[in-house]
Amino acid sequence: MFSESFYQLAPVVALCASLAAVPLIALSGGRPNLREFWTFAAAAVKFIMVLALAGWVLAGNVVEVELIRLLPGLSLSLRVDPFGLVFALVASLLWIIAATYTIGYMRGLNEHAQTRFMACFALSLGAAIGVAFSANLLTMYVFYEMLSLATYPLVAHHQDKESRSGARKYLAFLLGGSVGLVLPAMIVLFTLAGSLQFADNISSGMIPAGIGEPVVVVLFFAFLFGFAKNGIMPMHAWLPGAMVAPTPVSALLHAVAVVKVGVFCTTRVMLYVFGVDLLDELNLGLITAYIVSFTIIMASVIALTKDNLKARLAYSTVSQLSYIILGVALLSPAAIQGGLIHIVNHAFAKITLFFCAGAIYVAAHKKNISEMGGLGRVMPVTFTAFAVASLSMIGAPPVGGFITKWYLLLGALEAEQLAIVVVLLASTLLNVAYFAPVVYKAFFGQPAADGAGTAGGIREAPAIMLVPLVVTAIISVLLGIFPDVMMQFVRMVLP
Amino acid sequence: MIDQAPILIIIIPLVAALLLTLTGSLGDRWAYGLLIAALAASLGCALAALAAVLDGNQAVHYRLADWPPPLGIELVIDHLSGVVLVLIAGCALLTAIYSRHPASQDNPDRLNLYYALFALLVTGLLGMTATGDVFNLYVLLEISALSSYGLLARGRGPAYYATFKYLIVGTIGACFYLLGVGYLYIMTGTLNMAELAEILSRPELQESVSVRIGFTLIILGVWIKMALFPLHAWLPNAYSKAGTTTACLIAPLMTKVSVYIMLRMMFTVFSADYIFNRIAWSELVIYLASTAAVVGMLTAFAQRDLRKMLGYIIVAEIGYLAGGAWLATEAGFTGAVYHLLADGLMTLCLFMVVGAIIYRTGLTTAAAMRHIFQRMPVTAVVFLVGAASIIGLPPTCGFFSKFYLIQGAVQAGAWVFVAALLISSLLAALIFFRLLEVAFFGRFDEAAGAAPGAGGHGAAGPVAVAEAPWSMLLPMVLTAIAVLGLGLYTNEVVTYFIRWSVPAGF
Repeated sequence: MFSESFYQLAPVVALCASLAAVPLIALSGGRPNLREFWTFAAAAVKFIMVLALAGWVLAGNVVEVELIRLLPGLSLSLRVDPFGLVFALVASLLWIIAATYTIGYMRGLNEHAQTRFMACFALSLGAAIGVAFSANLLTMYVFYEMLSLATYPLVAHHQDKESRSGARKYLAFLLGGSVGLVLPAMIVLFTLAGSLQFADNISSGMIPAGIGEPVVVVLFFAFLFGFAKNGIMPMHAWLPGAMVAPTPVSALLHAVAVVKVGVFCTTRVMLYVFGVDLLDELNLGLITAYIVSFTIIMASVIALTKDNLKARLAYSTVSQLSYIILGVALLSPAAIQGGLIHIVNHAFAKITLFFCAGAIYVAAHKKNISEMGGLGRVMPVTFTAFAVASLSMIGAPPVGGFITKWYLLLGALEAEQLAIVVVLLASTLLNVAYFAPVVYKAFFGQPAADGAGTAGGIREAPAIMLVPLVVTAIISVLLGIFPDVMMQFVRMVLP
Repeated sequence: MIDQAPILIIIIPLVAALLLTLTGSLGDRWAYGLLIAALAASLGCALAALAAVLDGNQAVHYRLADWPPPLGIELVIDHLSGVVLVLIAGCALLTAIYSRHPASQDNPDRLNLYYALFALLVTGLLGMTATGDVFNLYVLLEISALSSYGLLARGRGPAYYATFKYLIVGTIGACFYLLGVGYLYIMTGTLNMAELAEILSRPELQESVSVRIGFTLIILGVWIKMALFPLHAWLPNAYSKAGTTTACLIAPLMTKVSVYIMLRMMFTVFSADYIFNRIAWSELVIYLASTAAVVGMLTAFAQRDLRKMLGYIIVAEIGYLAGGAWLATEAGFTGAVYHLLADGLMTLCLFMVVGAIIYRTGLTTAAAMRHIFQRMPVTAVVFLVGAASIIGLPPTCGFFSKFYLIQGAVQAGAWVFVAALLISSLLAALIFFRLLEVAFFGRFDEAAGAAPGAGGHGAAGPVAVAEAPWSMLLPMVLTAIAVLGLGLYTNEVVTYFIRWSVPAGF
């Protein structure tokens, strides 16, 4: 379609679009409309670039760009492959939608410091794309850290006591994990292997033969728990703490940028640093599968106990993230596909749920599920979208989540892990148990007895918030009906 | 003219110091202009000398008055001293530009004399780096030390008391050094570093107890000067009471130059083989360095005064440098030299920021950080860059020095040092995010009362922008750019400069 040099440039443009938007947004704080224009311009440029790259990658190409050579033998470089593209497509598309919603939310609530918020938002998305397109571990680490810092002001946005402790926890876990575990693991790996470049396939990995087993095992767990954004227990504790942030941030944290970056980094390292063969040989895949199974079940059980809607969604996120890692850890082709496609399915479903939570808060000022009785009758659109997205979480057809479950179950059977099949089924039931009551209560429940202002006077949230959540809900359904659109990339990951 | 660059680097600030004592009647503007002109010229000469080194990739030797080495003093500019000279001259120039407002605020009278001491200190620092003669080094050490006592004592409050302590300790350090040089002179009959190295490499001297004592005395003296744990107690007090400009000048440079002297002594005068196989203190020094890194950061965490906090951070950073040098691996040495440059820049960056904040708010505690993003946005961004570098976040230079140091430690199997580096990074993160929290949230008690039921939006109304003056902002921003630039060009810095100075034997 274009010349090859265009594709060399495209990932750089996609990356720089949001980075360039940061100063522009910061400088046009006095003129909100101009400021919002920069966000959309950058988001559009980024999405178009990623889309163009998608076509190119589908044709079987891989783009490699070296940006800066940082150390002898180590550079900041980008690589666009099917695996990274899956995530980049999701992140760049959701930025446009989330930005629309954010503007509605921020203006609807007349929030303070909107400029700072939008600037950090743009920076976070730039970092997310950087992670998606990283060609080596160092580049990935650089963008991973950038994301942690860029989201700090977002988590701390309310600037009150609660968000302060949330933000503290957020940084303690993320920096503790990355500086305390990932950084030394990365340096040890570099010392042993002489390179940090990802392998070009998922089976061989990049760890040279002859490194002692104990070292490999220690490195593996340092990476697994070091990328604390992936929310594996016990490194998940920051996630519920960070949910006190405004809803667009939660949506960004829980669906698009932060946790997905964590999971992406984890799976990238599992597949492209260690490789399926090595993980299989050392049984690391299986051990990981059991570790994340625990997380899946425990987080779901905790979610059941939460009355605060966003808290329930947060624990649901912890549980769902581990699905992705579980799929990869099972190491069978179907399971890997199921895990990776869940990056997409979960992103659209979870962002819908958080958008709904935000819309409910803006329209009705309600945070707790117990107060939402009958609310679905006055906010039908919001709650219908919520119901659709819950179906995806549960894994019911025809919504995207079904595809995930199908492949995961298939993969678990392929790997002959009946215990994992049981875990998946149990978690499905738990998902039903904590999502169904919300929808049921909203549509069929009675307004709370104290009655002050319930139902009466509550209307749907403004259209600028409603449209994004309807769009993401529809995309969730489409992902279930036409899974091949994204699956074709995922299939290319497999050898 | 280019041939004379090595000596001009030192002579220009020396002459400027003499001239500055005479320009009192011309007014402050002249003094300021003269200082900047002299330092800019010195920086130019340092760059020219570095270019000459790079040209042939070999050291430039300059004989004073053309006296041959055993008799005359020789200046030696190689890859290592070349970059350190540029660092010193550059930092001094930036500090000089920065000094326009704070220096005249701190020294309402006799500004020209203050600047004369400033130039004299820079002369000493540059001279110590350029010289190839161990006794000449001592002379210049005293020049810089004496002028630094003068500068530090002009600080606020009980500065003279802190300076007096520093004076005692500093003098002891210098005496140790001189005594050590005496031993070496008795044993070898020369003071020139290159000749010393040659004579000391003879087998009979390798075994000599006197040489060993000489080395021990020298290294102890240098450790006192560079404030290596547990010889660090003088540093935070002396630096935190100093005037704004003084702190910016002395804090980043004095200790770094002492580290440079340590590297010189270890690897130029003595040899890697002698240090690691005969002296064999590595294990001990790495424990000291690890303790320095952790204890320094912990103590920094406990400080309320911003500059005292930075002082303890320097103590920790010195631990990194000493550890890196004693790891006996190439990556460790590279990390130490790279961190010498990186730490100079990032400490300068943070001291400038804190100076600017103190200049604007008058507060020296963490409370000064309140509303910093609204009040002084540019300063705040520079602060973020400096903080990220101390924590070791990419792509600032602090990340890459940590990368090399950890790599070196892994290769040497010094896991204690690896752990210390990681723990101190995390502590640094705590330190700076606590400040960031103050910037974001202010003090609790205030915020709670200020926002009754407003959805918890504790941020009060608009805060007037009161940015630091341009003469302070410009050098700050340049330093921040340098911190980022050094990080992004790590590869070039390592290949063109540091790799050449890696001593034989690794």
